[in-house]
Amino acid sequence: MDILTDPVLLKDKLIKFYNCRILRDHELKEDYLYVCNGKIQNPMECFWDSNKNADILVDCEGGIISPGYIDIQLNGSYGYDFSSDPEIIEESVKNVSMAQLLLGVTSYCPTIVSSNKEVYHKVLPHLGPRAGSIHDGAEVLGAHVEGPFINIQKKGAHDERVIADAKGGIDVLYERYGRENLKKYVSVITVAPDVEGIMDCIEPLIEETGVTVSQGHSLANVKQAEDAFKRGCNLVTHLFNAMTTFHQRDPGIVGLLGTSKNNSFYYGIICDGIHVYPNSVKIAYYAHPSGAVLVTDAMSAQCLDNGEYNLGEMDAEVRDGSVYLVGTHTIAGSVAVMTNCVKNFIEFTGATKVEALEAATLHPAKALKIDNRKGTLNFGADADILILDDDLNIKRIFISGVEATPDNVKFSPRFSPKRNRSPVHIE
Amino acid sequence: MRLIIRQDPESVAYYTANYIKQRILEFNPTAERPFVLGLPTGSSPITVYRHLVEFNRKKEISFQHVVTFNMDEYVGLPRDHPESYHSFMFNHLFKHIDINPKNIHILNGCAEELDKECTRYEEEIKKVGGIELFLGGIGPDGHIAFNEPGSSMNSRTRVKTLAYETVLANARFFGGDVNKVPKLALTVGVGTVMDAREVIVIITGAHKAIALNKCIEEGVNHMWTVSAIQMHPSAMIVCDEDATLELHVKTVRYFKSIEQVQEQLIGRDNIGLKGSISSLSKMNQDNNPHYNYSIQ
Repeated sequence: MDILTDPVLLKDKLIKFYNCRILRDHELKEDYLYVCNGKIQNPMECFWDSNKNADILVDCEGGIISPGYIDIQLNGSYGYDFSSDPEIIEESVKNVSMAQLLLGVTSYCPTIVSSNKEVYHKVLPHLGPRAGSIHDGAEVLGAHVEGPFINIQKKGAHDERVIADAKGGIDVLYERYGRENLKKYVSVITVAPDVEGIMDCIEPLIEETGVTVSQGHSLANVKQAEDAFKRGCNLVTHLFNAMTTFHQRDPGIVGLLGTSKNNSFYYGIICDGIHVYPNSVKIAYYAHPSGAVLVTDAMSAQCLDNGEYNLGEMDAEVRDGSVYLVGTHTIAGSVAVMTNCVKNFIEFTGATKVEALEAATLHPAKALKIDNRKGTLNFGADADILILDDDLNIKRIFISGVEATPDNVKFSPRFSPKRNRSPVHIE
Repeated sequence: MRLIIRQDPESVAYYTANYIKQRILEFNPTAERPFVLGLPTGSSPITVYRHLVEFNRKKEISFQHVVTFNMDEYVGLPRDHPESYHSFMFNHLFKHIDINPKNIHILNGCAEELDKECTRYEEEIKKVGGIELFLGGIGPDGHIAFNEPGSSMNSRTRVKTLAYETVLANARFFGGDVNKVPKLALTVGVGTVMDAREVIVIITGAHKAIALNKCIEEGVNHMWTVSAIQMHPSAMIVCDEDATLELHVKTVRYFKSIEQVQEQLIGRDNIGLKGSISSLSKMNQDNNPHYNYSIQ
């Protein structure tokens, strides 16, 4: 067995990646990357303090080293869905984590669409933060609960029967999700600031639970959106989708792109070329390049072939690279994979490789305030890394400093499309 | 003393790096009998180090049994500061090669007791049997390491106050702010360098031409500390054409002719690395374009 894939053999070993360009400080630098015990090391400390030169050399063949991708909005994959199958949630998390790891997504937020109380209480305890490894797959950063406090007119594929308002104040949120669940297991909450009662919940919610509050599925006007931003809502859920359409006198949530002090503002954007027209991606990028956060918003059909599947309690159909509610033209999530979103982002906007990679690594980490250990190759960060070629194809994947390959990261796709089709890998 | 004149700084660096490579190969160091190398910082050695890294990468030489001693370090500058000599050596040489960190010695400018640190350093050098080859650069005022004009020619490793000009010159490395430049340094002494069994000094550029003139054409003088090299039994200066601007034509011709005579009349194979003719050790020649230097 290759030593790089074995955490036991790798213990205390200093790995030196060479012949590579490292994504650090907003540029690709020719340098070495040092990893030991799952963390990125300061080579000078290893050298002078521990008297260690490299134990293992990894030739990156001139490739790019990037932090592993972070997907803060993922509903499911390979037939598993986090919202609709509470009975097998543990199995779902385990398999999806493994699958994501092999897709280069080394950490993610399992996302639940608007649900009733029972689902949250059953599912959330399984979606709390858990470390990544070749045994457990990608790191789970905590759940992203999308809804149910959203505008019913912008419900997208969510079930309108469970959508709610917050007339009763923050206790309504605690009642629905469970207060402890929010503190322990939830990382992001998507709310619509225009839903009654929500605006006043934003600040106490952030303060008490530490979650990242994102606005989306909303008809908020630009004033409301800016108000929510000022109150700490630093993220937007899939920009352009399920929100007020841009109008010159009221650009709605999209208008946050033009807010003068938008340095700490991030927007998720689905870069599959279907959910958002490429020109729109380019507009967003030009308005606020350092806020772009690539999300797949993928659902259970990610990496599966055409066919019909479950999304929440609804039926969805994969048709030619898109997912629709069965019998409609309503988009019901996506089947995008992150590596393609990164490539698309460059194609759509003309962004540099650095900007595109940061939109899948550093920016989501900053939006979630975990950029001290994720989305960066700075010393002390988790050694979740990708080796990419110049076309940004993934060549090698490491999680916590251990190489992940199809040989040591196994999972079983679940599913059974209704119409008897078998799962396939998307290259 | 030998004076090797090459066309430009690049050729000087290659010659020097190749010379060090050949010396290490010839020495054939082992764990018990390591090759002890003294090393400088500064702009001239950067290219030398680049070539050494390349030789190591191509597996032409190994640094596994090479022990190094650096000349100097600023006082009070944190080790990981980008301008510290620890950082310099790490980034230009050590991180690229297969050297054992335990074999590296650099003065600790943050030591609690600086005098003790200097004494300890001298003892470390003694413990490994002295320095086999000390590579040095030179300042425009003829200083070697931080042994600025007026330093004793018998000086040992010690704390030195930097000359005002040196502080000014270094300000460019500290954001142009003179106040941020360290004013003290630990440095090996002129005596420490001269104790090495062989000394090589690189001198390039017109701005160092006067220094070269003072160091080799005039007497031994503590105002030009590199002139101590005149007393060394096995010393070599490698310079470029620009650095010879202040030398007598006679001096330049003389040293060039010596090289020519050795090459053409005696034959490279019959000359030892250090220029001795009794030794029949053979120099591993490669296809170095810089080596075939002819007199114009």
